[in-house]
Amino acid sequence: MSKKVITRLQKELGDVILETASFRGDEEVVVAPKHWVSVATFLRDDPELSMDHFTDLTAVDWPEREMQGEPRFDVLLLVRSLDKKHRIRVKTYVKDGEKLPTLTTVWPGANWAEREVWDMFGIAFEGHKDLRRILLYEEFEGFPLRKDYPIDRVQPLVEYRDVDDTLKLPPFGIEEGQPFARIDWEARLAGRDEQVSPAIGLQVGQRRALSDSEVAEAQAEELAAARAGES
Amino acid sequence: MEPADEILEEEDEALEIPADPMRLNMGPSHPAMHGTIRMVLDLDGETVMNVDVQPGYLHRGFEKSCERGTWAQVFPYADRLNYVSPMLNNVGFALAVEKLLDVKVPDRAQYYRVILGELSRICDHFTCNGASAMELGAFTPFLWLLKVRDWIWDILEKETGARMTHSFGRIGGMAAPPTEGFKDDVRAIIPEIRKVVGEAESLLLGNRIFLDRTQGVGKLPKERALALGVTGPVLRSTGVAYDVRKDHPYLVYDRFDFDIPVGTDGDNWDRFMVRMEEVRQSMRIIEQALEQMPDEGPVSVDDPRIMLPEKREVYTTIEATIAHFKLVMEGLKPPKGAVYSFTEGGNGELGFYIVSDGSGTPYRVRVRPPCWFNLQATREMLMGDMIADIIPTFGSINMIGGECDR
Repeated sequence: MSKKVITRLQKELGDVILETASFRGDEEVVVAPKHWVSVATFLRDDPELSMDHFTDLTAVDWPEREMQGEPRFDVLLLVRSLDKKHRIRVKTYVKDGEKLPTLTTVWPGANWAEREVWDMFGIAFEGHKDLRRILLYEEFEGFPLRKDYPIDRVQPLVEYRDVDDTLKLPPFGIEEGQPFARIDWEARLAGRDEQVSPAIGLQVGQRRALSDSEVAEAQAEELAAARAGES
Repeated sequence: MEPADEILEEEDEALEIPADPMRLNMGPSHPAMHGTIRMVLDLDGETVMNVDVQPGYLHRGFEKSCERGTWAQVFPYADRLNYVSPMLNNVGFALAVEKLLDVKVPDRAQYYRVILGELSRICDHFTCNGASAMELGAFTPFLWLLKVRDWIWDILEKETGARMTHSFGRIGGMAAPPTEGFKDDVRAIIPEIRKVVGEAESLLLGNRIFLDRTQGVGKLPKERALALGVTGPVLRSTGVAYDVRKDHPYLVYDRFDFDIPVGTDGDNWDRFMVRMEEVRQSMRIIEQALEQMPDEGPVSVDDPRIMLPEKREVYTTIEATIAHFKLVMEGLKPPKGAVYSFTEGGNGELGFYIVSDGSGTPYRVRVRPPCWFNLQATREMLMGDMIADIIPTFGSINMIGGECDR
């Protein structure tokens, strides 16, 4: 990736670029959802950038941001230029339930990537002609890559034939067997400081669940104050 | 029996020929398909008018599973992405985390990764080409090419302990140094592989059936391929010389002299030939890497925060015991941030977009599977072709279910 893409974008588009970041050689720009398509079109059509090679489109879920009133999801677009050999990552923030305009009109390769983001995160793309689930099936409940979707959640059986005793077959219920995930996201979002490890089970306060966050700092201060009060 | 024209005259509506396209389901478990995939075809006679490719039958929740363990626990999952060349996935993920940690593995490990990776690439290309030929009725090349895969697997088994899912990569190096006879073993099979490539080509390239079934079938134009995000041999067959090893060199690929084969039409024939030529180029890389690889030296970084201590130390010193415990129970903790790291996998650009929140557990691991985008382009390759062309075209995409569906 290269810095000159950011410089060019800032020069040509100005205020549309909200933030820029450079980490370990990866360049990233942040734009508002309303400029999502125009920035993408500019990246593709500008002769100095000519980002003709679609690379990836994906999302990241940050449910804790929602509690602070900020948009919950990051949607990321990765593109590169064949001739110039430079890359850029474009990021936008999307609220839960908010629709993002589709990029299939700019790069047809965004088609399946957007379907996957819809399938996994439940972020809808406006103008996408074929927004169906792609990896999962239509009857699937919830969006599995959201952090508040428990990894061991059991989906209801989809009825397709009459078989007695289907309830006795695996998969078994979530309370059977040992916990599957290290982080109990339900507890974490509810503000409890619990940690689940497959090997050592439930721990409370052993390792800060929210590393370096304000919540964790506040909890640590609270604990210190309580200890000082005891002694 | 009355002549047909008389029936037509008598009963106008009785013999109405249906004008709608026929809808046909192919898969998800079709005997001539590499993975479990469903295609819903709209057919006009034998011509494919429309096709809906439906992946997802091998979805195991790779990305979700990565979010529950430590960073090191992703390796076995990464193996099972592209199970035809697991070493490339292993190293790809290790490089992503190393980029996040900003560490560079020692030279010896880099060459070791290159050699094992290129051996895996030969496996991958041979499996694809052999299977494609077999689906067109040529069974002997399949056996010839899989013979090579077995030789390579013998070497990989000696090095890693497993024939297929090695889990041999580590963050910051490799699990073990090369065995004593490693270089000789690899040097011994290279001329044999060269011979097999020639033999397999002489079996197929003059075969009329093979030529008819592959040449001009499943074409993909260059511009469409780029816009659809196609990478790897499928993109190179359309005439675009994009190879991550050349365009964005990682490991020590900038130290080798090798060529990027390209096709012209982007048809099945070009994809087959590009893969065959890439095997030759991989062998060139391996030969140069064997020459340059140092015989002595560590294969992992010397950093107790990243690498597990020696087993002997763990049992005898308290420091190593603690370090071991912390690394195993909590996992190594990369700094906060996100990186996109990409390597040339068996099928194209294998990217890992990883996000760390500073804890020992990955916050998000996104795999950019090359197959996913190659498979997306299959629709355009198949439209207008005959139904029988689906099998060779789909075979030449080399869709690997584990990687595509994750």
